[in-house]
Amino acid sequence: MDHTAAATFPAGPVPPRALHGAAHGHGEEPTTGIPHDKMGMWVFLCSEVMFFTGLIGSYIVLRFGSPNWPHPGNTLNIWLTAGNTFLLICSSVTMVQALASIQRGDTRKLKLFLCLTLLFGASFLSVQVIEYWKLLHEGFNPHVSLFGSVFFTTTGFHGFHVFCGVVCMAFVTGKAFLGKYTQASHQGIETIGLYWHFVDLVWIVLFTIIYLF
Amino acid sequence: MSNEISHREELAEDEERRTHQQPNYMTIFWWLFGLTVVEVSYSAFTHPPKLILMTVLVGLAVIKATMVALFFMHLKFERKSLGIIFASTLILGVILVSVGIAEQVLPRP
Repeated sequence: MDHTAAATFPAGPVPPRALHGAAHGHGEEPTTGIPHDKMGMWVFLCSEVMFFTGLIGSYIVLRFGSPNWPHPGNTLNIWLTAGNTFLLICSSVTMVQALASIQRGDTRKLKLFLCLTLLFGASFLSVQVIEYWKLLHEGFNPHVSLFGSVFFTTTGFHGFHVFCGVVCMAFVTGKAFLGKYTQASHQGIETIGLYWHFVDLVWIVLFTIIYLF
Repeated sequence: MSNEISHREELAEDEERRTHQQPNYMTIFWWLFGLTVVEVSYSAFTHPPKLILMTVLVGLAVIKATMVALFFMHLKFERKSLGIIFASTLILGVILVSVGIAEQVLPRP
């Protein structure tokens, strides 16, 4: 006997509405009221908060402890990165619109918004690569200074997260084109959306701390 | 048994209610865009004292990040328990950074 199933679905009739979670592709009815995959993503995001807190905290401590910290505007192209921030904000909007579309049952708009999110995410990464290439060409690299070291470490790890998000987004978009998501079953869209918005949220903080002061 | 079933029905209704609560995402987008323009302009075109600059910019970043978490990640419409889990991590993070800053700023014996 499956004891887990017995714990969540005791013997006896289960009303159709109680199976709402299962209909959404959540599997067993969660006792917390939150679908398991969504809860798993939130726990993962909590660990990511601590990861980025470590990086940002190190940056702040090193910066306050260093008497000759260069002004970021002298080295970095603030306006280019501001444009990149705009791209990431746009991608968050298209992502949340994709979720809203499938919740309404509009699969055509779901595909459109997922493609736009993918495009914005890939554009963000491309601009970051161009930024890195220019900086390295000008002699600003992780070896040249403490600022260079923490700049490439912090933004590099964020870029890696965006890259992972773009790969996952491509997978989800492919599934959307195969017709795997419906109004009743679309938990994957919400889960990848949470990750994507988190990456945007982290960039909002990183952009301010690293580029603006 | 009936209590458990009614509890499940409540959970299902609750999730359905949250699913259909949607803010105006374009309004949030324009707020995020506007605040970013204000941030970049304030940093590029004004020269206030460092402490004021940092306070204003970090304040604006926190507002923007909160808007993303509340409206795009739907924390505003989620169960309180989820908010508590996420907030507890943020509090730990703030403590960690604050201790680091305090070590640099406070005079050493």
